[in-house]
Amino acid sequence: MSSSKQALAHPATSADAAPGTPPGAARGAHGRGTPPGPESWRSRLYRWDMKASPYAFIAPFFVIFGAFGLVPLLYTAWYSLHNVQLSGLDHQTWAGLDNYKNLLSSEFFWNALENTFTIGVISTVPQLLMAIGIAHLLNYRLRGSTLWRVVMLTPYATSVAAATLVFTLLYSWDGGMVNWLLHFVGIDPINWRESDWGGQFAVSSIVIWRWTGYNALIYLAAMQAIPSDLYESAAIDGAGRWQQFRHVTIPMLRPTILFTIVVSTIGATQLFGEPLLFGGVSGSKGGSAHQYQTLGLYMYDQGWGIGNLGKASAIAWTMFLILLIVAAVNLLITRRLRKSQ
Amino acid sequence: MTTSELTAPQVRKEPRRSRRVMGAGKQMHAGPVTYVVLTVFALISLAPLVWTAIAASRNNERLAQSPPPLWFGANLFKNLQAAWDQAGLGTAMVNSTIVAGTITIGTVVFSTLAGFAFAKLRFRFSSTLLLLTIGTMMIPPQLAVVPLYLWMSDLGWSNQLQTVILPTLVSAFGTFFMRQYLVQALPTELIEAARVDGASSLRVVWHVVFPAARPAMAVLGLLTFVFAWNDFLWPIIALNQQNPTVQVALNSLGTGYVPDQAVIMAGALLGTLPLLLAFILFGKQIVGGIMQGAIKG
Repeated sequence: MSSSKQALAHPATSADAAPGTPPGAARGAHGRGTPPGPESWRSRLYRWDMKASPYAFIAPFFVIFGAFGLVPLLYTAWYSLHNVQLSGLDHQTWAGLDNYKNLLSSEFFWNALENTFTIGVISTVPQLLMAIGIAHLLNYRLRGSTLWRVVMLTPYATSVAAATLVFTLLYSWDGGMVNWLLHFVGIDPINWRESDWGGQFAVSSIVIWRWTGYNALIYLAAMQAIPSDLYESAAIDGAGRWQQFRHVTIPMLRPTILFTIVVSTIGATQLFGEPLLFGGVSGSKGGSAHQYQTLGLYMYDQGWGIGNLGKASAIAWTMFLILLIVAAVNLLITRRLRKSQ
Repeated sequence: MTTSELTAPQVRKEPRRSRRVMGAGKQMHAGPVTYVVLTVFALISLAPLVWTAIAASRNNERLAQSPPPLWFGANLFKNLQAAWDQAGLGTAMVNSTIVAGTITIGTVVFSTLAGFAFAKLRFRFSSTLLLLTIGTMMIPPQLAVVPLYLWMSDLGWSNQLQTVILPTLVSAFGTFFMRQYLVQALPTELIEAARVDGASSLRVVWHVVFPAARPAMAVLGLLTFVFAWNDFLWPIIALNQQNPTVQVALNSLGTGYVPDQAVIMAGALLGTLPLLLAFILFGKQIVGGIMQGAIKG
């Protein structure tokens, strides 16, 4: 009787209390301190432990991700087909594809899509180009190389909210640093927050500031993995520094470049906090004329500004579909590149 | 020290060789131009942060005038105090420490367990499940917030910290990160030896896996803490100014909760300070962690 109880107890501990359970919990498994049972029994327990423990170890990830990631994802799809209002959460009525139709006929959706694309391009392209340049420089033998790397990464420690509050002040119309610096080269003060391209530029500059150093480190890691024989043979063929960079470094970095483009695209599609806080009081509108309202912001505004959670769900799924298309296109490009090599 | 331990076994297939080769010939010494260009970028990285401190030491009227202040004023402690009390940064710092701390512990422990299973244990569907784990990294957080918000309202959990802790308690990135590390750093013979001695799986985890994984756990912990401290979308939906995290309090500041720019800058400074401190103390490890996380495929 007592041994059968233990048989039940052990699997339970290995499944529930897996994280950080002190070794005492495991003691029962190999019988120390308990009356020795028949040998076959112990080996059966051992085999069971071998079989079940991998699943017990990955269970926390899948259970929590399932509960707070996968199930909500499906519920979001369900809500996107319903009329769900923040003011009356208990009255959900079937709406079919109304939310999606509504979305596609809304000028603000297309505006947000366009803004997301524009801001995505003007924040990602210069950022990755600068990051490659910085990585190339960091790859030289430097005095205090770790310090340089840490300094380049410092903006990453700053949260979206803190960085945006600071940049908003730097870009302010009357006493802002940016306008003050521009007056030295004869440019009149620009109303960054209200202007169309100015706002998009300012928002992009926050993204660029926060992420360039991070991407530089990723490129640097990839550059350090390039075998030096490649450079040596290029040098023997008479290639200068620039030619080595173009014909050795860049081709070898191609997979990493693709990887950073994917990650940046995912980030750009979700862009949210920067335009929200840059807009100040009209933040969730993305500026007074929606001039930097992104898809992420549009979703937040529809859901928690206006209170239409059904439509917000439809926007979320539209964003996801866009990302899937981007991923598929990227996969195609990768395949083609691989074939051509 | 930890970083060098970490880099050695990590980098994919032939780490030792490529490392030695690289050290042997390739790296050229940097010329003066390199230093100048890097200095410019370093200044761009640091200047906004330094200027935050300058602005936080002034007052609202001064910040509306041109030219902007370029040196420190006398109001730093007054503004920090105002941010701490009026803007709720005091409560927020405590809350963020609890939230980011719990998420860090959860993520590190669960990621190590799952990473170990994916790296060293043989079970059905393991490669499919690993691919699935990596695939989940593509799902944007926007896809979960509407149902989470509705459940939270049903449970009466709005404004309670567990609503922002629970959904982020595990990490696909962390699981993959630990797997990549343990594949290299944990000798399979060590596990087998423990098995021969009759150790159960939990005992193996406690006495063999955790000690071997410690350097990577530390790095993952740092990266997770930074991420959790700065997380924005779900916290600003789930919490409000009554019981904020740092990012929620900063969001309130940005939308006009306290209209004094100097206090807002003090809030931004205060909210960033713990992470800046972490960067000063553990910058090397954080840099190492990001560079290893980069080498995937």
